[in-house]
Amino acid sequence: MQLVLFFVLALLAVAGAVGVVLSKNAVYSALALLLNFAVLAVFYIMLNAQFLGVVQVIVYAGAIVVLFLFVIMLIGGQLAPDALTAGSRRPARVVALIAGLVALAGLAYGLVSGALAPQTGQVQGSGSVQAIGRVLFTDYLLPFELASVLLLVAMIGAVVLARKPTKS
Amino acid sequence: MNWIEVFLIPFIKSLVLILALLTGFAYMTYYERKVLARFHVRYGPNRAGPFGLLQPVADAIKAIFKEEIIPAHVDKWVYLAAPVLALIPALIAFAVIPIGPDLNLFGRQVSLYIADVNIGFLYVLAVASVGTYGVILAGWSSNNNYSLLGALRTAAQMVSYELPLGIILVAVVLTTSLATGEGSLSLVGLVQQERPWWVWLWLWVAFPIFFICMLAETNRSPFDLPETENELVAGFQTEYGGIKFALFFMAEYIHMITASAIMATVFFGGWQGPFVDRWPALGILYFVVKVILVLFLFLWVRASVPRVRYDQLMHFCWKFLFPVSLVYLAITAVLVALL
Repeated sequence: MQLVLFFVLALLAVAGAVGVVLSKNAVYSALALLLNFAVLAVFYIMLNAQFLGVVQVIVYAGAIVVLFLFVIMLIGGQLAPDALTAGSRRPARVVALIAGLVALAGLAYGLVSGALAPQTGQVQGSGSVQAIGRVLFTDYLLPFELASVLLLVAMIGAVVLARKPTKS
Repeated sequence: MNWIEVFLIPFIKSLVLILALLTGFAYMTYYERKVLARFHVRYGPNRAGPFGLLQPVADAIKAIFKEEIIPAHVDKWVYLAAPVLALIPALIAFAVIPIGPDLNLFGRQVSLYIADVNIGFLYVLAVASVGTYGVILAGWSSNNNYSLLGALRTAAQMVSYELPLGIILVAVVLTTSLATGEGSLSLVGLVQQERPWWVWLWLWVAFPIFFICMLAETNRSPFDLPETENELVAGFQTEYGGIKFALFFMAEYIHMITASAIMATVFFGGWQGPFVDRWPALGILYFVVKVILVLFLFLWVRASVPRVRYDQLMHFCWKFLFPVSLVYLAITAVLVALL
């Protein structure tokens, strides 16, 4: 039952990911990305990590893809192919190919060496809000606070950039 | 595997809930027109059936039998998917809201909610954040400047107002740990919990802020900027007609019902009320009455407050509601830590 569900969802996730790359229209790409994120959220919930699943929906589906769509609508997604002519795209292609091959090699190494093998003997309820909250505010307090400071700095930077320049 | 427990009962519950919500939508339009008419010193619909009670039926038949028009300049698939995407979040948010206490039906203990998940509050926020898509995609796929403007406004408005909304909900979650020492994110647990009177008072302080955010989330007047009739000619809905327009209409009204149900659950004790222990079915009645009363607030505001300007809307959210909700959260946190 769970295995069947997994394969159906995995197929959907891969279809979404392929759709992001292949579709000509930027809005369709964003929608395919949305599909991919939604399926990932379902995966998290199937793995008993409800908190991660919901946060995946709130942050990625609810905010980030909305912002993508926002930008695409304001700027117009159809402009991109004309701006990049075939000649200027060649170096980018080579870099992307190398990066993709490196990522694939890393994945293959992980699978062969067993570093990516599933964890056994997992703790019950390890994905619940309570468990994550407890760990976040005890063992990982410093990284957590540092990340929040980082976000705050980014936000202040955005406000400074967006502000109207004062008249001199 | 007990397939009755796993599939059949949730299926029947969902079906009943959806039918109830759709009927609720139909009579919500009637309720709104009657109430608005009273505010305007008019009669409102009174021709179809006694007191005009069959008016929603007449409206539904009219919408269904209208000619289906798909304009030539739209992006067809996204155009057709948008009304559906607008409606689904409004419906599924109800899954975690308890409508009444457990009932004994046909010799079986039946709970009156579809899912008691330990992430109820987060689920509500997640569904709210997905609700934006219907409007944004409708505006974009219509290939019309007015629609696009409406859609962009919606995106900014809903993303902004979710912030104070979420912060108030965090404060409410904090108060759940006061009684038992262990907090919970479940809406079902929230209603069953006994809370002292001063917690209720403190919660009601936050209710106006929460209500204002909900007005903006559901795109209701005075925050109906996405569809301002007089400057954007109905905004994102301009290119939609017939049953597709009715779907957007449905989404808006069911959103309103869902928002009222959330507010009744979080701030007014959901199905709790006198004598519920003896007659559990009474809980459903209390819940429905509370939802109708909160819905009246929506209509009252619509009848009496003019629409705000777009920059006022954003200023109000970021410079007033957001700081106020943060202060409220901080005070709640201190209170919970001290008590």
